[in-house]
Amino acid sequence: MALPELVRRRPPTTPPESGKAAPPAPVPTRKIGWRVRLKRDRSLLLMVTPAILLLAVFAYVPMLGNVIAWQQYSPYTGFLHSPYVGWVNFERVFTNPLFVTAVENTLLITAFQLVFFFPIPILLALLLNSVVTPRIRTTIQSIVYLPHFFSWVLVVTLFQQIFGGAGLINQTLRDHGLGNGFDMMTNPDTFLVLITMQSVWKDAGWGIIIFLAALSTVPPEQYEAAAVDGANRWRRMWHISLPALRPVIILLLILRLGDALTVGFEQLILQRGAVGADVAEVIDTYVYYQGVVYGDWSFAAAAGLVKGVVSLALVLGANKLAHVFGESGVYKRA
Amino acid sequence: MSTQTTQTSAPVLRRQRRSKHRPAWEGRPSVGGQTLKVIVLACVVLAVVFPLYTVILTSLSTQAETIRVGGLVTVPGELTINAYTQILNGGIVTRAALVSTFVTLVGTILSTTVSVMGAYGLSRPGSFAHRPILFVFLITMFFGAGLIPTYLLVSSLGLIDSYWALILPGAVSAFNVLILRNFFMGIDISILDAARIDGAGDWRILGRIVLPMSRAVVAVVALFYGVGYWNAFFNAILYINDNAKWPLQLVLRSYVLQGVTLPGSGVGQVDVATGAVTGLPIKMAVMVLAIVPILVIYPFVQRHFTKGVIFGAIKG
Repeated sequence: MALPELVRRRPPTTPPESGKAAPPAPVPTRKIGWRVRLKRDRSLLLMVTPAILLLAVFAYVPMLGNVIAWQQYSPYTGFLHSPYVGWVNFERVFTNPLFVTAVENTLLITAFQLVFFFPIPILLALLLNSVVTPRIRTTIQSIVYLPHFFSWVLVVTLFQQIFGGAGLINQTLRDHGLGNGFDMMTNPDTFLVLITMQSVWKDAGWGIIIFLAALSTVPPEQYEAAAVDGANRWRRMWHISLPALRPVIILLLILRLGDALTVGFEQLILQRGAVGADVAEVIDTYVYYQGVVYGDWSFAAAAGLVKGVVSLALVLGANKLAHVFGESGVYKRA
Repeated sequence: MSTQTTQTSAPVLRRQRRSKHRPAWEGRPSVGGQTLKVIVLACVVLAVVFPLYTVILTSLSTQAETIRVGGLVTVPGELTINAYTQILNGGIVTRAALVSTFVTLVGTILSTTVSVMGAYGLSRPGSFAHRPILFVFLITMFFGAGLIPTYLLVSSLGLIDSYWALILPGAVSAFNVLILRNFFMGIDISILDAARIDGAGDWRILGRIVLPMSRAVVAVVALFYGVGYWNAFFNAILYINDNAKWPLQLVLRSYVLQGVTLPGSGVGQVDVATGAVTGLPIKMAVMVLAIVPILVIYPFVQRHFTKGVIFGAIKG
């Protein structure tokens, strides 16, 4: 009985993507009863079924599986027969110094990358946008975008070959008698810089593409009018290009903020062994080691659940923030 | 007036050298600024291209050459394809490459089919249970179940050491479904209505009208999935214990990154006394093997990828 209501509520909250042109169509469908619609739409429902089944099994069942965070789970007794222990696991998580370290490392990496990674694609996009020959521009764009499609294993291995103890840079230094065998891949002190370099190398191109796309929507007349009015290159960039990037910058900042507790899991797990857990342990790697490696399932599930819930709150909060800024955020306000 | 003077006197040459793409109202950039721009962009391009160049070159060099230069080869010397014949001789790397290819192909076909169907099923607002179903997808984008319960589920389903463990858990990405749905919803409804009046059902409309109209976006999504399957390594760490079933990325990690000795092919043997890495060309060949599929498809799809990312990131 609730279904027709949901449909009736639909027109004002039409899927935001479809824009302003959508409203006229649904008017007749509203009056059709749910039985008729069930019959009419059965092939649509059949089409969604495989996807729903996969999500049900591999996304929703594990969500329920988080009950083990309140249990003393053991693989031998299983979900159903493990004893419930209340909030004990969560207390253990919050009082665990290693978990606190992992949270600190996570936030440190997020903050560091926000300052030293985030602006780079914006600057490069502005620079690339000023390259007037389309061929050169698209060629450079394609080249810098390429590493985005490489796996983290590959990126980390490449960095090892270049910056590692036996890597190209050390090799060149040694050839000139300068080598002191500095190995960036195993040095905890430079780890933040290293992973930021890797992230920039891999993903700056992705950001550049997004920002360039936003810049390409600016009508050239705006630049021309500004130039005629005497605005120089920098003024045009400041007053036309940057405002054009504003919504995208805010959107990506929000996505990053909502993802603040997720920092390159694959990237870090690959290098945790080389630089040590002191600097490379983040929440995700901590959960993995506590659960899958050490078998403390309930404790790890509790830590993971804390992260999931806080992340959800961060995403929703960041969206609220976007609406405050007058931007649409990840989803539009219904 | 001013244009006339520029055309008749000294600046004529400069005028002619102007890029034809530069709008007339825009002045020439200063020489200093231009030089700086070229230097920065050249460095950016080199930073991407040079590591790839040296890795590929080393994979094509002889073992003796790498020992002579003491590591990666930057200037072409003695060339050979020995490394490739060695890793493709049916050993563990060959098997891993086949595993990765299999998982990527099957996974991509499955994911794309399921996503296209799901997206079409979700593309008509006002259809039965449209909003609740949409929410089923959306929720998975905002709240992940977490690694531990997912792992326990996969292992209790008996999928440990099964290739399906590399495919099924991430088979449907709500994000990709929404990209497709966005596109499908943009298709002119009157075309679909016309087909319906002519007696076509939804399956036929999807297969005969919607799919042919959305080849580009379907290609984008298929490639998102494909790249994802090809590059994934952590799910194999979790679910594949038997190293005969390892995908290529995991072989790359163990034998190249971590330097474990690869049985029978001399990869990753480190001479403890000198610290010199032997088998470097072979290691680099494994890396190249992991990049090649990406490099091969990239030129064809880069344009579409760009569209897809922008579509997803800005409108999604």
